[in-house]
Amino acid sequence: MKAKGNLREYRIIGRKLPSPTLKTPPLYEMHIYAPDEVQAKSRFWFFLRQLKRVKKSAGEIVECKVVNERKPLTVKNFGIWLRYDSRSGTHNMYREYRDLTRALAVTQCYRDMGAKHRARPSTIQIMKIKRLPAKECRRPHVTQFHDSKIKFPMVNKATKRLHHPRFTTSRPHTYF
Amino acid sequence: MPYDRLVQVGRVAYVAFGPETGKLCCITNIIDQTRVLVDGPSSHVSRQALNIKSLHLTKYILKFLPGARSKTVKKLWDSHDIKKNGKNPVDFDRYKLVNAKQAFNRIVNHEYNRLKKKNKVQLAKKTKKVKPRKFVAKSQRIANKFKIFAAAPAAGKKK
Repeated sequence: MKAKGNLREYRIIGRKLPSPTLKTPPLYEMHIYAPDEVQAKSRFWFFLRQLKRVKKSAGEIVECKVVNERKPLTVKNFGIWLRYDSRSGTHNMYREYRDLTRALAVTQCYRDMGAKHRARPSTIQIMKIKRLPAKECRRPHVTQFHDSKIKFPMVNKATKRLHHPRFTTSRPHTYF
Repeated sequence: MPYDRLVQVGRVAYVAFGPETGKLCCITNIIDQTRVLVDGPSSHVSRQALNIKSLHLTKYILKFLPGARSKTVKKLWDSHDIKKNGKNPVDFDRYKLVNAKQAFNRIVNHEYNRLKKKNKVQLAKKTKKVKPRKFVAKSQRIANKFKIFAAAPAAGKKK
């Protein structure tokens, strides 16, 4: 999978195709985080094949819907349980992120894993994601924001307009 | 110099880059080190997450709890009169003011210098009209002096 842009959460329900021996095959549901529907479906079959004896050619997707966040404008803490392959083996991990929606938190997670562990998205499997109340958070980079009177300065802001002007006699303004 | 403009809940900020450039907004919650949840109901900024880097902090703070609703923010915003043309000139207004002042001064200075130059020319013309002093030899001057004492002519030749 290519984790391009912001990921979206898809709720995908699929089943084996009905056959004379199995008239109503059981339905399997998964929540997949993917950039688009096509990659979501692909990922669904990847997982389902690992867990159940169903292949895409012998199955069908009953539903593939985008799941939107209930309250996308409130800041939440998310705990993500994941499994990834490193260069020497496969490991489980628990990571925490602070974001507005589940999908954005998972996006953050993919970026973070790529940065800190050089893990490619195809090797990452999101096992579980849970919204956490503040007291259940364990990671300091998340708990440090659990302060209602938090405040901090913008320190030495690098200016984006480096070349306007490129040569000048006065120092750029970094304090805002 | 201690930092007096802090990223905090209620801080009014000016959006410097992005789709909401040029608008004022208020920080309603802090997401993490780089992003804040921002809202500007009276300034047409929808409630959204913005990168702190795209904000210029102003010295104005509204007082409300973190994560306050847009309704609360709007009420406080309007009551404190933080609009672009409000009685509190906010940064953007000040920037406009400075620019206007500069433009005004430029015009005034230009005109002033022009008049000064013109005046200088006129002054020069005036001084040319003044006759240079006639050179009178010292002996003559002395003689004239005595002449003054002797006959007292009207024009004092001792210049």
